[in-house]
Amino acid sequence: MTRLASALDDLRTLDSLASRDTILAHRDPRAKLATTLAFIVTVASFDRYRVGALLPLALYPIALAALGDIPSRLLLRALWLASPFAVLVGIFNPLLDRATMLSLAGVELSAGWVSFTAILLRFALTASAALVLVASTGMQPLCAALTRLGVPRVFTVQLLFLYRYLFVLAGEASRMATARSLRAGDHSRMSPTVYASLLGHLLLRAFERARRVHGAMLARGFDGELRHADSWRWRRSDSLFTAGWGAFFAWVRIVDLPAAIGALLAGAAR
Amino acid sequence: MHMADALLSPTTGIAMWVASGAVLAVASRHVGAREDDRLVPLMGMLGAFVFAAQMINFTIPATGSSGHLCGGLLLAILLGPHAAFVVIASVLTVQALCFADGGLLALGANMFNLGVLPCFVAYPLIYRPLAGAAPSNLRLALAAIVAAMLGLQLGALGVVLQTTLSGISSLPTKTFLILMLPIHLAIGVVEGLATTALLLFLRRTRPDLLGGTAGSPTGAAASIRPLLASLALAALFTGGVLSWFASTQPDGLEWSVAHAAGIEPHAPITPPAPVAWPDVNAGTSLTGVVGGIVTLALVMAVGSALRRRRATTARSTP
Repeated sequence: MTRLASALDDLRTLDSLASRDTILAHRDPRAKLATTLAFIVTVASFDRYRVGALLPLALYPIALAALGDIPSRLLLRALWLASPFAVLVGIFNPLLDRATMLSLAGVELSAGWVSFTAILLRFALTASAALVLVASTGMQPLCAALTRLGVPRVFTVQLLFLYRYLFVLAGEASRMATARSLRAGDHSRMSPTVYASLLGHLLLRAFERARRVHGAMLARGFDGELRHADSWRWRRSDSLFTAGWGAFFAWVRIVDLPAAIGALLAGAAR
Repeated sequence: MHMADALLSPTTGIAMWVASGAVLAVASRHVGAREDDRLVPLMGMLGAFVFAAQMINFTIPATGSSGHLCGGLLLAILLGPHAAFVVIASVLTVQALCFADGGLLALGANMFNLGVLPCFVAYPLIYRPLAGAAPSNLRLALAAIVAAMLGLQLGALGVVLQTTLSGISSLPTKTFLILMLPIHLAIGVVEGLATTALLLFLRRTRPDLLGGTAGSPTGAAASIRPLLASLALAALFTGGVLSWFASTQPDGLEWSVAHAAGIEPHAPITPPAPVAWPDVNAGTSLTGVVGGIVTLALVMAVGSALRRRRATTARSTP
């Protein structure tokens, strides 16, 4: 199975998680969106050599995954699939940045390794926060929240449509590819001419499906706008959620907690 | 290639967000003004098509490696630049949210590299003039390949500039360019060939789809100038506001802005003084590491306690 096919399978699971009744599902999607964005900006704002100070921030994705009852296996697999770019670019840091920064029991660690570790940590934190957001909210409420926050309706409607037909067309594509490979025998490699015709037919099917969907929408009185019933409204607990996490991010950003804990323990040991 | 959150500084990320957000607002208004409600399902479907196309890989002759379609240029040809940009922006958003591909802070940068550049630079400035009004098959192929190649080169350049301006990676601009541009030249040729193959296929089977949507050359050309102007203004404004903010903030933010402003154009990509462990001192290093481990253990403990509590409440309230 291709990388995308397994990623789509995981996405289906991820989205189905959002429909369950968890504590997180009751939060206003806008609160979760705003908190997640604040979290990501906080992570990105740290200096490139800070590893320790970033660690307390792991509480956000871990606590939300726990509250939303999101399996960590699913999150880890998605992270693994998405990691190559950050790893490939980051791995140059240890090669280029060789100044000694950290020495521990006689082992000296170069600044490059420290900043590479920081890149991996940043990647894990920001990516898992986005995944937790989707798994605890679902795509439809998220799009509704974006619309209410002033994102152009054309775009949010497009997001919903794309999301709805993603699985349909991807399923069609993978069935076409499977059918070809079953009949191809020795010619397991796909030649460009076969590719063009296969993809061309997929494109024609997409056009044809769009025409049918449009007809069906017109039959139901479509006037260019999608309407959905939102039951959620901003409560006091949403303000508390946003403010609480915001304060935590600010605290972690200002105070290097691990260093403080380390100093405390060292003092106690002495 | 997708820019990642992990390699981006907030300054660069937010500046790219504002620039791409401005383009998205203009493009959405433009699409809304077309008042063609067939466009809604069609755009959604073509976005899904771009996703699905990535599931079918073809073997590149003589190399054995495989390639797939990215779709920016194809969408611009089929839908026009504005609708195509909205579609690409939605694809990137779903990738960032659901596949951890790119990331939310990097979304603006990715929309710019993979959306603005192919739709508003490669398509109107390279593809259209090269293809002309009624191109022969050969001319169409040539235009698509050149436009796809240059569009992807620009995108790769964007990734390199955003990465080095952010200063998280140690790669110097020149080395990174030498790594990225040839790779993207190859990806661009593949993208151009795949786009051409699909265009020629449509031309043979459904010429109406190409004719109707690729039409109205005056409309597309006329609406791009105000768009580019608003883009430049938005970028300038954000850059100005953020560098003012950054000058009051220490650390990475300030450093990357200093770089962006060209204060140290020849300095290697290493900040003057790393602040995490200010001096190489075994004692401070040890307390840092011990503190880090204790913090991580605390975080994990809170996480598993929350999970356990959730499990017990779920059991007690069936």
